[in-house]
Amino acid sequence: MNVAVVRFPGSNCDQDCVHALRAMGADADYLWHKEESLGAVDAVVLPGGFSYGDYLRCGAIARFSPVMRAVGEFAAEGGMVLGICNGFQILCEAGLLPGALVRNRDLHFICEFIRVRVERGDTPFTSRCDVGQVIEVPIAHGEGNYRADEATLREIGEHGQVLLRYCDADGAMTEAANPNGSIGNIAGICNRARNVFGLMPHPERAMEPRMGSADGSLLLGSLLDALALR
Amino acid sequence: MIATLMKAKVTVMPKQSVLDPQGVAVRGALEHLGLSALGTVRVGKLIEIQFDDPGPGSIEAIEQRLHAACHELLSNPVIEDYRLEIER
Repeated sequence: MNVAVVRFPGSNCDQDCVHALRAMGADADYLWHKEESLGAVDAVVLPGGFSYGDYLRCGAIARFSPVMRAVGEFAAEGGMVLGICNGFQILCEAGLLPGALVRNRDLHFICEFIRVRVERGDTPFTSRCDVGQVIEVPIAHGEGNYRADEATLREIGEHGQVLLRYCDADGAMTEAANPNGSIGNIAGICNRARNVFGLMPHPERAMEPRMGSADGSLLLGSLLDALALR
Repeated sequence: MIATLMKAKVTVMPKQSVLDPQGVAVRGALEHLGLSALGTVRVGKLIEIQFDDPGPGSIEAIEQRLHAACHELLSNPVIEDYRLEIER
């Protein structure tokens, strides 16, 4: 299973992603953002960080990197694409996922473990989870406040595209458990075809108990399971 | 003949329907300074684009390309509105 982890100028979770994927048995490697082709890969990960210093808007400039045309074509053909944090912002800016991520409700950069509820278990990114399962993963962002217009929210709701929502220990989607003000406590969404997934939490930072949680491996493991079946 | 110096100004503002946490924080600080009876405060950005030589093509064609750039790059239509002004 070949997984490309794209490096943009300013990416800073690329090594964590490659390490986590390799530890799970995948052949993960870096791909420089200037590359125009993905090569023979089974999945692409857009890692977290601050691509182009978050200039203009988070992800707004990275989305024009040469590699993104190839990522768009790969996604259109059904290829698996995972965007984590800044990667999620880039996917939204590129139009591969609906909506946008704006400044956190309280303006702070938040770096802490939070809980999310898994809304579906029948996707390539969540198959190792049960519906309603509460997992603990860290977030680290200043712009993770998910926004979309009403029509878009209705549409992603109808098509079951919301995969993760911020919640408390009991799985309740409370305002207090919503770290950044995201509408509907949305923490992660996929496209309608369910081959493109973006999330603000960092699964690669929660891969073993000594990291504080191993729940991130449920998400990355699901992806590798899906690739193994292809 | 196109003037050799042309400037485009793009004002980008958060949509009315989108919560602007920066604007809310600035509003609070303005109240702190003693300004009262404040309505909404919104924080946007201003982008100036100077053309040393706009090259061939009509101003209308350049304006059209600038609108496309505003839509694709300078603003995110999901959360922002923009206004394009061209100074000749």
